Amino acid sequence: MSVRRLAAVQPASFAFKPATLKAAKVWMENFPDGKQQSAVVPTLWLVQKQEGWLSEPSIRAVAELLGMPVIRVLEVATFYTMFMLEPVGEVALVQVCGTTPCQTRGSEDLLEVCKHKFGPQNHRSADGKFYWQEVECLGACANAPMAAINDHYYEDLTPESFEKLLDDFAAGKKPKPGSMIGRQGSAPEGGATTLTDPKLFDGSLGKKIKVPNLPTKVKA
Amino acid sequence: MTGILADKDRIFLNIYGQRDWGLEGAKARGAWNGTKDIVSQTPEWICDQMKASGLRGRGGAGFATGLKWTFMPKVQSERPHYLLVNADESEPGACKDRDILRNDPHLLIEGCVIACKAMRSHQAYIYIRGEYVHERERLTAAIKQAYEAKLIGKGSILGYDVDVGLQHGGGAYICGDETALMESFEGKKGQPRLKPPFPAGAGIYGCPTTVNNVETIAVVGTILRRGADWFAQFGTEKSTGTKLFAGSGHLNKPCVVEDAVGISVKQLIEDHFGGVRGGWGNLKAVIPGGISVRMIPAEEAEVALMTYEDLQARGSGLGTGTMIVFDKDADLVKAIARASYFYKHESCGQCTPCREGTGWMWRVMERMVTGEAEMSEIDMLLDVASQVEGHTICGLGDAAAWPIQGLFRHFRHEVEDRITQYRARKGSYAGASIAAE
Repeated sequence: MSVRRLAAVQPASFAFKPATLKAAKVWMENFPDGKQQSAVVPTLWLVQKQEGWLSEPSIRAVAELLGMPVIRVLEVATFYTMFMLEPVGEVALVQVCGTTPCQTRGSEDLLEVCKHKFGPQNHRSADGKFYWQEVECLGACANAPMAAINDHYYEDLTPESFEKLLDDFAAGKKPKPGSMIGRQGSAPEGGATTLTDPKLFDGSLGKKIKVPNLPTKVKA
Repeated sequence: MTGILADKDRIFLNIYGQRDWGLEGAKARGAWNGTKDIVSQTPEWICDQMKASGLRGRGGAGFATGLKWTFMPKVQSERPHYLLVNADESEPGACKDRDILRNDPHLLIEGCVIACKAMRSHQAYIYIRGEYVHERERLTAAIKQAYEAKLIGKGSILGYDVDVGLQHGGGAYICGDETALMESFEGKKGQPRLKPPFPAGAGIYGCPTTVNNVETIAVVGTILRRGADWFAQFGTEKSTGTKLFAGSGHLNKPCVVEDAVGISVKQLIEDHFGGVRGGWGNLKAVIPGGISVRMIPAEEAEVALMTYEDLQARGSGLGTGTMIVFDKDADLVKAIARASYFYKHESCGQCTPCREGTGWMWRVMERMVTGEAEMSEIDMLLDVASQVEGHTICGLGDAAAWPIQGLFRHFRHEVEDRITQYRARKGSYAGASIAAE
């Protein structure tokens, strides 16, 4: 379990931006009538996208919107580790995966890069631009080691390419997510060795087929 | 041919995202082909075909899919039936569902429609982990395409109406457990529920629900299109079909790949993952199915097969079929200590053995890494692990214990050496424990 608390310093108020509210309403309609509580995680996520983190007034606002007791929303906000409970970096939230598959491929060096550049984890960097943390498995193990920066996955990192990536963010650029060594998705380095048969892709699989093993019709 | 499966027998034809993920591209690759004929059959026919195909759940537990579907009530009452697709892929090592979600989403949506028909349901939800933002956007777009083409939604051209919705999580591994998933779906903390009642009786909102893994649902369309016997010809009697495998760790070319179940561990690594770093002889151990299964040492990996029964007989498991490979330079104790930290971090805190045990095991494991432990603590650790295992509501307690048990089963001598070495160094000069590291 991880122990998580709300930030000591809280803003006085929170207001939904119209776009956030609109997107939240879409999530609320996604679920059956009377079950709008289901939209709490997506709504909190939208609030975090708007503000960068979840403040106590925003949690109250979400509770009001969804007709939930505040404590239930607070429970959810503190349970799920994707929710940031204090202000994050203005430029980037850097989340480096440190779990075993990434560790075996050198994520510890990436953690060092962050420590060196930004200081201890779970704090804003001195200039307020970055906030970094080591996170648990992000589910891109075949492209390890990797980091999620502002929700986008940057994969197949080395300390050098990672440092350059962070420099690019600091310089205001928006580097393209994905593999840093040019792999296509999770294909092996150097290109796929399977799925090379052209017959799979000439459209012949889209032609009308007869489904096998159908029950034989009994005549009335 | 690389591997043992020919290209013509692959299900996921866009797994690397080289081609159009959209509806037109998916249709040209055979998705949504013959779906109308399939959903016009009875639920019993679909379930029978799935049983005949031998498909087992691809989320790790390996429960027979066709059988699971028959647990749903045979008549629909005032409580609607739900299909809940588990896309909360968070197991260290597992990264296969992500490629389905982002590159072949239409196979998943098609599978939802067929599975819903088999369970007399008209509503499917896909619960995707929160961090998969890009994948979620892709899936949202694919669902929109399917609605526009009237493949799903009211007045479906397939003759059977199914709504497909999305839900996303907030970064909790525990929500991959089916009952925690349902709690999270309802907008609560993801703490697993006691069973019974089983989900097929009372799942989300108290209604009959079936939870299936992404890969399980995504292969359904192709299985029925090509025939249960086609799928069942691959693999062994108890582990049939084709499956996505993934490799990570000390491999030359880690990747995700589809091959037949029953491929040997060695061939999978050599053919698809570019071999072990430094050659096959440099292999130390393999965790074959995601971090929660027990590891197997190199000499067993030499002959092991990627099937449920073979790996189980070796005290391990196929799990999600996503392996982590360690070469001779790897520090296995550290790797497992990191896994223990993962479980400590991800325990939901509901059951005492897991909440307290995972943290305790992690702290002891960290001392094992440096060797700063007592010899007797090894047995104590294994004793505690066995007391966590099987004494919790969900499987996280088991999953936390297994990697540790696997390590000590095969590499106990390494930890013992470390403790001995640490003791030999200790006390020879001031600050020895600091200097030693």
